[in-house]
Amino acid sequence: MKRILVALLLLTTLVFALACERRGGSAAGSTSGTIVVGYYGDLTGRTSNFGQSTKNGVLMAADEINKAGGINGRQVQIISEDDEGRPEKAATVATKLIDQDRIVALLGEVASGNSLAAAPKAQAAHIPMISPSSTNPAVTQVGDYIFRVCFIDPFQGEVMAKFAFNTLKAKKAAIMLDFNSPYSRGLTDFFEAAFKKFGGQIVNKQSYTQGDRDYKGQLTAIRSDSPDVIYVPGYYGEVGVIAKQAKQLGINVPLLGGDGWDATQLWDLGGDSLNGDFISNHYSVDDPSPSIQKFVADYKGRYDRVPDALAALGYDAMRVLADSIKRAGTTEGPKLRDAIAQTKNFGGVTGTISIDAQRNAIKPAVVLKLQDRKYIYQETIYPEGMRPNTSSAPSNGSDTSSAATQPASKSANP
Amino acid sequence: MDTFVQQLINGLTIGAIYALIALGYTMVYGILRLINFAHGDIYMVGAFVGYFLAFQLGFASGPTLFGLVIVLIGSMIVSAIVGMAIERFAYRPVRRYARMTTLITAIGVSLLIENLFVARLGAAPRAFPQLLQERSYTLFGNAAISKSQLLIFGVSVLLMLLLQWIIFKTKIGTAMRAVSFNLNSAKLMGINTDAIISFTFALGSALAAAGGVLTAQYNPQIDPLMGIITGLKAFVAAVLGGIGNIPGAVLGGLLIGIAETFVVGYGQNVGVPTTFRDAVAFAILILVLLFRPTGLLGATVQEKV
Repeated sequence: MKRILVALLLLTTLVFALACERRGGSAAGSTSGTIVVGYYGDLTGRTSNFGQSTKNGVLMAADEINKAGGINGRQVQIISEDDEGRPEKAATVATKLIDQDRIVALLGEVASGNSLAAAPKAQAAHIPMISPSSTNPAVTQVGDYIFRVCFIDPFQGEVMAKFAFNTLKAKKAAIMLDFNSPYSRGLTDFFEAAFKKFGGQIVNKQSYTQGDRDYKGQLTAIRSDSPDVIYVPGYYGEVGVIAKQAKQLGINVPLLGGDGWDATQLWDLGGDSLNGDFISNHYSVDDPSPSIQKFVADYKGRYDRVPDALAALGYDAMRVLADSIKRAGTTEGPKLRDAIAQTKNFGGVTGTISIDAQRNAIKPAVVLKLQDRKYIYQETIYPEGMRPNTSSAPSNGSDTSSAATQPASKSANP
Repeated sequence: MDTFVQQLINGLTIGAIYALIALGYTMVYGILRLINFAHGDIYMVGAFVGYFLAFQLGFASGPTLFGLVIVLIGSMIVSAIVGMAIERFAYRPVRRYARMTTLITAIGVSLLIENLFVARLGAAPRAFPQLLQERSYTLFGNAAISKSQLLIFGVSVLLMLLLQWIIFKTKIGTAMRAVSFNLNSAKLMGINTDAIISFTFALGSALAAAGGVLTAQYNPQIDPLMGIITGLKAFVAAVLGGIGNIPGAVLGGLLIGIAETFVVGYGQNVGVPTTFRDAVAFAILILVLLFRPTGLLGATVQEKV
């Protein structure tokens, strides 16, 4: 009896394996048939707001492409996998997508730590991977098949340092970082370097780890050095609680953050404590430019919520990929890779996307103020050498001076 | 000075939560000589029951004192029932076997609860609704104490006094002490030991659930795995105070809370990174087991519940 059971089990495993093999086989590396694209992200874990928003953006872009007749007449199919926000799981699902589903390209992740875990799999298989929103520089350094459509942390860290020093007139900053996250550590280093370069001073630096329950110990230590601003480059789950506990301790200076704050759950956790804080982000939903407003309206109609930056970047990543497949005329790895690398002045929702030699996108960043569950546009900061472009860059009204910093409204709460 | 006082307040706040949970470990150990490893998960269950009660009963929309009291008591009752059910269906059937069997069962129950919650609700943290209008009171200088901290102190002290009263002034408390002294003799004296054990689990679970709801007011992020580390630290607290000893559990909890906060607050000055906060509890556990296995109060006190 036992032997029969074992035999049956082996047989089912074999059938399964064969079935999987056949399913993917037809689509690989050809110029006709359905284009299978893999998406992986955190759909159920600690940063699930990120993964779900990005997936929404990717799916919306794919549907729009299919409705418009597909790419060179071929339909796009997205196969989505959940990595639960864990690096080891990200590597596993990336392997599954590449080996079993025979995807032609990989989209994901948001958190840099997870992208860093999956990228070597894509690189080894010569499958192009586009990260919508991993900002740590190391991600695209994994290899020449790894791209991103967002700015990188040396720029993002500098943006906040510049805003804190120039606009908020802060001289003393404290930092509270997520010790185990490459994203948070990277931003900390770049913020610190830039803030010191401008002439500011870092008075205290504390760390926490994801899943900590209490942050008052660190915040009390920070409070004793009375900084003008506190930089918290973490993810929304912890940041919401940190903001709340900071207010409980009577800390009333603004907290500054990055794109890792942008999630609806941030407000459920932090509530009113977040009012008056500032973040750097990829785009602003208040931007009046028609392409952004159309995207916001379409997204609202489809998902009944305001798209955050991660949804917009997911949307852009899928569209950059589609544009590249169209130009390459094929989904073969090396040719598609070259086409993505040649992306120039692609009109995305999050700004004009040009891929540079390091496979990063060169884009401006916006600074947003948090107030009553809303992100209020403050200013756009451009990377060095990039001129504000009135037609495509986000601008607020007529104020388009040629300076690198473009203030839209003076901060009320320095 | 005010920084020191502030860190002390911070430490006592989380220490009070550890103490509430440690009481459950120590009571069950006192009676059954069992480390109930599922106890940390009851703390998580308490927080989640509170979360769903708040939404179901419509208290999530705005902070009210009435809502807070109802959610707190409701969560304690439901969790007490869960605790009794765990005892009835998981521990009682294996109670007559070797103690190792029960211990492994406890670990199994813990994993079962955690993964059931992950499977049903997902691992993503949820935001516990605010049931208390938050406010901070300045004591002196910069030292501030928030309403949620006062709530944690107040409710913990109240519950601990209540527990003391139950154990020393009521008939069922006397029975508990008798069972902890010797289970078989107590049975011979006509005490319904099964009922007493059940009651002990109910008490411990209700305290842990209170800890869950109270922490959620202080830190609104709740997730199905939140009970693991907190539960382990509370266990260390029970061992530090002397497992089986009730005042010891409270003392141990407060000490662990303060030690942890001081590592975060002052560790950097002497080269200990803040990420060692979780390690400090286990370092204490090793030291206690090496130098004073009976715990701080364990050797001298006779009554064990």
